[in-house]
Amino acid sequence: MSNATNEQLSVQEKQAHDSNGEQTVEGRFFRPLTDIFESPDALTVVMEVPGVDREDIDIQLDNNRLTVAARIGLERYGSLEPVYTEYEVGHFTRSFQLSSRIDSSRIEASVNDGVLTLSLPKTAEATPRSIAIN
Amino acid sequence: MSELFGNPLSQLLSLQRALSRARTGSLLDAVTSGRGAYPPINVFRDAGDYILVTELPGVARDAIDVQVHRNRVRLTGSKALNYGDETSMHRKERGAGSFDRTVTLPFSVDPDSVTAELQNGVLALKLSPPQEEQPRSIALN
Repeated sequence: MSNATNEQLSVQEKQAHDSNGEQTVEGRFFRPLTDIFESPDALTVVMEVPGVDREDIDIQLDNNRLTVAARIGLERYGSLEPVYTEYEVGHFTRSFQLSSRIDSSRIEASVNDGVLTLSLPKTAEATPRSIAIN
Repeated sequence: MSELFGNPLSQLLSLQRALSRARTGSLLDAVTSGRGAYPPINVFRDAGDYILVTELPGVARDAIDVQVHRNRVRLTGSKALNYGDETSMHRKERGAGSFDRTVTLPFSVDPDSVTAELQNGVLALKLSPPQEEQPRSIALN
């Protein structure tokens, strides 16, 4: 599946993260835009986390609940004074309840151009098999 | 909440507050095509320079073109998503396509002095107004 690039990109306002009630700490956190797709042997999660270094991403898989927390680097904003703003800046967090059985020992993650790609391989018993009919 | 967010949280908070104050900033209002165009931009002042920042996650470095002409900055490029065959989509939130946005600044820019940095999907352009447009302190007699 590949998207033609003849359409125009449009702005998607960042959505505040609010799925688990309020955070105890102040400040706004955002839900990263996410694509999820499934192939016969793996589930792939793609998240947009612009401004986040690879070492500032925390990925947890607990009881089939996948939680991703990504912290943006604030150092670069140190002495800067905002004079015109069109988008908000904040850390990202989001979690998903996974339906397939995931082999957590083989999860792979990579970050490129501010996009996190998680490959979650299914366990052998969750991989679909064709059953031959005798 | 993850410990990852623990510190420096006050720094994030003050940045977010400063950003929302600048939502009503008038630097570009009179001259730019308006809010709502892709990619959205934030503009910061750093001493005498202006830093134009925009988020372009998933746009490859060689798919971005930045042009500076007098007081105009033009950002063009395209973003492609490729998920391979034999997949079923569960969730589709990310957009793909091309963009072309021109920002008109209230000062002219020396193109030779512009620096551009792309890191983790965030593009930062440093724009310096020419020397004669910089404010100067006047000594009192």
